[in-house]
Amino acid sequence: MRRSAQERNAERHLARISRRGLILGAGQLAGFGLLAGRMYQLQVVEASQYAVLADENRIDLRYAVAPRGVIVDRFGQPLATNRTTYRIAAIPEQAGDLEALLDRLDRLAPLAPEQRQRVLEQVRRQRAFVPVITHNNLSWRDIARVAARSADLPGVEIAATDERVYPVGEFCAHVVGYVGAVAKKDLTGDPVLSLPDMRIGKSGAERVYDTSLRGQAARRQVEVNALGRVIRELDRDPGKPGRTVRLAIDAELQRQGADLFGQETGAAVVMDIHSGQIAALISRPSFDPGLFPDGISHANWNRLLNAPDAPLVNKAIAGQYAPGSTFKMLVALAGLESGQISPTTPFHCTGVMELGNGRFHCWHRGGHGTVNVHDAIVQSCDIFFYEVARRIGIERIAAMARRFGLGGRMGIDLPGEQPGLIPDKAWKLRRFGRPWQIGESLVAGIGQGYVLATPLQLAAMTACLANGGRAVKPAVMAQTGDGIGRPPTIGIAPETLAIVRKAMIGVTSDPLGTALAAQIPHEHMQMGGKTGTSQVRRISQRERRTRVLRNEERPREERDHALFVGFAPVQAPRFAVSVIVEHGGGGSRVAAPIAAELLRLSQMRLLRHSPT
Amino acid sequence: MRPLLPPRRSQTALLQARSREDEADTIWRRVLRMDWLLIVLIVALAGIGLAILYSAADGSWQPWADRQAVRFGIGLALMLTIAATAFRIWRRFAYVFYAAALLLLVAVELVGVGDGSQRWISLGFMNLQPSETMKVALVLALARYFHDLDANQIDRAIALIPPALLTAVPALLVMRQPDLGTATILIVLAATVIFMAGLAWWKFALAAILAAAAGPVAWQYLLHDYQRDRILTFLDPSRDPHGAGYHILQSKIGLGSGGLFGKGFTGGTQSQLSFLPEKHTDFIFTLLAEEFGFFGSILLVSIMIGILACCYAVMARCQSVFARLLVVGLAANFFFYAFINMGMVMGVLPVVGVPLPMVSYGGTSMLTLMIGFGFIQSANVHAGRL
Repeated sequence: MRRSAQERNAERHLARISRRGLILGAGQLAGFGLLAGRMYQLQVVEASQYAVLADENRIDLRYAVAPRGVIVDRFGQPLATNRTTYRIAAIPEQAGDLEALLDRLDRLAPLAPEQRQRVLEQVRRQRAFVPVITHNNLSWRDIARVAARSADLPGVEIAATDERVYPVGEFCAHVVGYVGAVAKKDLTGDPVLSLPDMRIGKSGAERVYDTSLRGQAARRQVEVNALGRVIRELDRDPGKPGRTVRLAIDAELQRQGADLFGQETGAAVVMDIHSGQIAALISRPSFDPGLFPDGISHANWNRLLNAPDAPLVNKAIAGQYAPGSTFKMLVALAGLESGQISPTTPFHCTGVMELGNGRFHCWHRGGHGTVNVHDAIVQSCDIFFYEVARRIGIERIAAMARRFGLGGRMGIDLPGEQPGLIPDKAWKLRRFGRPWQIGESLVAGIGQGYVLATPLQLAAMTACLANGGRAVKPAVMAQTGDGIGRPPTIGIAPETLAIVRKAMIGVTSDPLGTALAAQIPHEHMQMGGKTGTSQVRRISQRERRTRVLRNEERPREERDHALFVGFAPVQAPRFAVSVIVEHGGGGSRVAAPIAAELLRLSQMRLLRHSPT
Repeated sequence: MRPLLPPRRSQTALLQARSREDEADTIWRRVLRMDWLLIVLIVALAGIGLAILYSAADGSWQPWADRQAVRFGIGLALMLTIAATAFRIWRRFAYVFYAAALLLLVAVELVGVGDGSQRWISLGFMNLQPSETMKVALVLALARYFHDLDANQIDRAIALIPPALLTAVPALLVMRQPDLGTATILIVLAATVIFMAGLAWWKFALAAILAAAAGPVAWQYLLHDYQRDRILTFLDPSRDPHGAGYHILQSKIGLGSGGLFGKGFTGGTQSQLSFLPEKHTDFIFTLLAEEFGFFGSILLVSIMIGILACCYAVMARCQSVFARLLVVGLAANFFFYAFINMGMVMGVLPVVGVPLPMVSYGGTSMLTLMIGFGFIQSANVHAGRL
């Protein structure tokens, strides 16, 4: 029986193996089930998500910068355009013997030894299918030599790139602006911005109209492998070149206007009084915008930034000056509208006016005698406007100034515009924590003190005076006929405006007018206007007692700014102008002639280019 | 004291009886008794492998598919030869095979070449990885040991010392290479055979607890930095987006983007554009799943389940402890290859460098697997005879 016991034992053993085998098999089946479940999760449930990731892996978008739009002036003369330059790149894996290739290239287009060194170093670092740039900024002549030998130059690629150029250079630098490489802060996640050839507008119209100038980058959708090698092209979008931007600016007027300033600094604005279209926007001194597209050097940048006469600042829209006597038209209008004065109300000017403890002087120390509002503007009598300001107060003056667009940005299509300043009682309290003084109203009445305006605002103000009281919105972008609606009226009676306009004509035609000498010597082009002097320094009582120094006797930075605002032709006004010559002294002597010449040129060029 | 081994029967009588049986049993009869379903499944699996290798080489037989085809041919011949050979021969020489495999493992320590965790002996026409052959040899030796062991003795502690040594020596050698994955598989394989042999449940539970307790110690002293890295990366793939984590991520992208029906033969973007690493070896399953989708991967898993099912059917037919343990052990070896490889590429197991059985490019694993199937076939052919 022992054997059978042993056999039973063995059978039990085999049966146990079977049982455990069943368990093991079940376990293995469960293991595969687990894997199948995981595959279901990956390949069915999450499949679309992984499909996206796989496409992100393999599909690469390659962009090429679109040609930037051209900026032209009102007559189509290019102000900012593109010049094609060429560069050569070598693809090491197609080049075979790279050293020999560089030798052959060197004979066609010289390759500096250090550049050659850089190329070889880059080749070592990169994968063999990545092109390495050997030459930059080649002209068409250079590239033609290389292209003719292309059969002997395996793996050599020629690429054209655009370089931004400014044909009129400094004469339109502030209006046109300039482009530069994309700064970190400009990156928006748009991959086009990261392209090395990409340039964006940094100032002027280049910046304001950047979006339309940029166009749409060409896009190639390619399949790449894990190393970044392009396997094939999947899709191609040729993109759109940037649009041409036409400005209202007249480049020739800009150039001649800049010449009128000579060595003087300052700003001038010429504007169409009906449309607000700006024919000239001059800021002196200027700078060469061509320094920027390729990256300005540190030395040049610091020189421009720290120059005392601020060449980078567009003084026509960002320079804030006391308007001086050019402000008197608004005070006169405020006085006439308030009823406190009439066109014939006489005041007597003795050259000084006492108010409380203060003495307020007229620029004409001998006094103007008896004057009405017309005479006061023609002769720029200060005492008259002190008296008007005393009667009507600062609030009425401020309200009138604001109706003409002063004290706030005009919304011109250029970056960096400043608002100027029209003070009132609330502003004084807010700013200095002290109440308004009546004497401050008097000073404001002649456009000094806290009052600040930009040349642009003064030109727009003059346009509004000349066009019958309509608030134009200044713009440098050319607008075609239908684009311009009639600007809204600011609600001043035409008779009242006519009084002031007539007085402004008197300034340049009356024998006593302050700008008689500057009148345009063409019968049909004559201008009306107003001189102004903006005090840079307060005249002290001590100086008054002895003798007020003439401008020529003071150091330049203490001399007054010279201003002139005007319009022409007087019969049917078309243009308004404002000129400020920094530290130029008197407005009649320095600023009025420039304004007159600008208005004359504007009318001449209008005649020459008129469609009839 | 009770004898450890059962009393031996008369050797001469047994041998005479067997030689008579062998004469009557012609080669043709043996071939007919092979498990032909298993052979069909094996050929199908290897055929899929060759097709994927063809795709991995961007639609070319070079450099992988042609060589793998030759190896499979050799493997097939080896399997049929082993299958036709009398099964008792394998039992008799089990320890000899084990000793030979161990010798190779020691030899690879001395004269082996390789980089990183892979060590092999160059045979000219192929590189032999002794750690792979050791898997089959270990199963052979353990099956033989428990076959000889009295079933009642198995739960005595002393009876477990020899199998422990049989396992520990090669496992330590492999770990020294260092190849943590294969060492682990060796231990798990041994545990499988011991479990099949009938060791009490609670002892496995105890061993598991001990292993868990030993984990931190092993972490500190036994593992290399890169092995710790791999496990950490497995737990959190994003900590190493360019190394092992990158491989897992790219593999998952490949699998997932395959979707239901795949991107088509040779159309897998992840693999063809080289985003997928090791696409012809460890990550070959991803290529298959990317190009043939969920249905392709399920088909592959089904074939593997079919192969395992055949193995268990063979086991049930066998009437000896050795045959049953050997068949189940070899089946388990096949299973672990497949499970660990697929789990790895799907991101459910760490990256340990285990090939997909019969599919991955590589000679040693293909040949050892075919030898293993040879033993299983031999067991089937001779199931009725001890």
